[in-house]
Amino acid sequence: MFRFLVRRVIGAMVILLIISAITFWLFYAVPRDPAMMSCGKNCTPENLAQIRKNLGIDHSIPVQYWEWLKGVFVGRDYTGFGRCDAPCFGYSFANNVPVFDTIMDRLPTTLSLAFGAAAIFLVFGVGAGMLAALKQGQFLDKFASSASLLGSSLQIYFVGYLAMFIFVAKLGWLDQPQDNKTLLEDPSSWFSGLLLPWLVLAIIFTANYTRMTRSQMVEQLSEDYVRTARAKGLSRSNVFFRFAWRGAMGPIVTLFGIDLGTLIGGAIITESTFSLHGVGRLAVASVDQSDLPMLLGVTLLAAGAIVFFNIIVDAVYALIDPRIRLA
Amino acid sequence: MTPPTPSAAAPLEATDESVEKSITSDAPKANESRSPGQLAWRRFKRDRTGVISACIVIFFFVIALAAPLIAKLYGKDPYTTYASKRPELLNMFAYPAGPNGGMSSEFWFGIEPQLGRDVFTFLLYAIRTSLGLAVAATLLTTILGVVIGVTAGYLGGKTDYLVGRVIDILLSFPSTLFFIAFMPVVYGLFIAPDENIPTWLRATALIIVLSTFGWASIARLLRGQVLGLREREFVEAARVTGASPGRIVFKELLPNLWTPIIIQSTLMLPHFVTAEAGLAFLGVGMIDPTPDWGVMIQRGAQFYTEDLTFMLFPGLSMVIFVLAFNLLGDSVRDALDPKSKR
Repeated sequence: MFRFLVRRVIGAMVILLIISAITFWLFYAVPRDPAMMSCGKNCTPENLAQIRKNLGIDHSIPVQYWEWLKGVFVGRDYTGFGRCDAPCFGYSFANNVPVFDTIMDRLPTTLSLAFGAAAIFLVFGVGAGMLAALKQGQFLDKFASSASLLGSSLQIYFVGYLAMFIFVAKLGWLDQPQDNKTLLEDPSSWFSGLLLPWLVLAIIFTANYTRMTRSQMVEQLSEDYVRTARAKGLSRSNVFFRFAWRGAMGPIVTLFGIDLGTLIGGAIITESTFSLHGVGRLAVASVDQSDLPMLLGVTLLAAGAIVFFNIIVDAVYALIDPRIRLA
Repeated sequence: MTPPTPSAAAPLEATDESVEKSITSDAPKANESRSPGQLAWRRFKRDRTGVISACIVIFFFVIALAAPLIAKLYGKDPYTTYASKRPELLNMFAYPAGPNGGMSSEFWFGIEPQLGRDVFTFLLYAIRTSLGLAVAATLLTTILGVVIGVTAGYLGGKTDYLVGRVIDILLSFPSTLFFIAFMPVVYGLFIAPDENIPTWLRATALIIVLSTFGWASIARLLRGQVLGLREREFVEAARVTGASPGRIVFKELLPNLWTPIIIQSTLMLPHFVTAEAGLAFLGVGMIDPTPDWGVMIQRGAQFYTEDLTFMLFPGLSMVIFVLAFNLLGDSVRDALDPKSKR
């Protein structure tokens, strides 16, 4: 297990390094010059050179990348901003705030959104899928299957507004989504502000889990070991809940890991729909403002989340399925 | 293939020519030999859900193609702001004066708030834009994925390893984030930063970005399939008889890969439709005044509490299209690959 983790973490670092290099090169190589933009109308070559120096972009791209990378691990001294301690992802071009601080400031919203929604869709999705598999071919199964088919065709940018129109504007049952308070500051306002985004996200994601759980369970129930267990006298529910679900969990864990990783990297469309100030909207704003250091930071966070949950998934896989050997 | 039974009237010493004739004339009557394609088609025709959803999907493509004709017959276009000439169409808050978003016999789907464009033609052209972009992106992605996947699987060795790592990296990219982040990069390749971005460039950039990040999954799937097929006897036989790599790829491997290719691309298209609309919704894809599903939803989001009608048309039509296409995709998979379980 330990060797597996070490190897995977090193692999993840390599992938993140490659992603950061590609992103860096592409974004910094774009013909938009950030120094030009902040220099304004009366721009003299001396001013321009000074701004370049302040922003730390007065070298060639490989040197800039090396400086940036050094900043991440050991910190970095900027002419314009002074000392920036590790992990230093640079300063925003748009408002001169450290990238790392801004992301840390936005992260609570994104994490609340991701974990809250994930808890709902995992419980309801897997539950509905199990139930559908248990009642195969009956009304409940057909209902769950059709509902999940519809759910997987819905889009957040439509359902989100529709739900806000019905439940907030017309009926007044739920609060307008907001993220002013974190969980620790004011739990009840945190909960009521995020309830609608959670529910809408969960409706859309639940569908996949229902479909996946049902098909996995149906497949497991046709396996030989299930027949053996039934033949030696174990009850149907006993087989179902003690053996079959273990076999069915693998692909669901994979799907869950991917979804969670993606959500933590920023549910961009959800955050835009509900006007939440998470990492996803930070990304959109930094694209609009050509704020390259910020975008680089958000990209790395998102890629890091995906890579991290990939490792977790593989480790969990080994825990639930003893046939799988790590390393 | 069952051998054709010679008819009683045929002479005993049949020449090659007459045997050939009897094959062509008897085979359809015997009705026992069908190509896999015909079998799949028969299975598909029996699937009622599949046929209905196919009809809905075809309907969407027909109205998308015929949008200019329909608009001409209907007598309006998606760009004219009808309210500027006839201010009575909108009330003092610039919302449609009539009920239900101003739906009437003249404006079938109502009028857009604020600018007063015709919703019906706007929706028609929106479907046209969105489907056009999604189809183009699907075709390009499929071609890229097939070429890269089959090449990597067939060549193996270092190429395969390299392609495999590139696929790994691409799949760990957060896709939506990269779509938005790379749109400006593609624009930057074509025009100076302070110029206005023409519509054709937005469309091209969208297709490029969607395909660049989309080919990895189909390539990975095909690579795996080719790895399995490469070791089979028929490929070996072809290689031993001296067939060129091109012939092996196109004549031996590709015919065995059509099923996964078709299944994957039918799954991909609705995904691209919603991704494209999502980008437009975020303001990085197509933008107003180009009619587009995402643009319409973004416009609708600006005044959804006052006039939900405007948003319902693009929203519901998109849900119907995506649902129908997903169902169609499932039916196509069932028809082509009846052994697969869902």
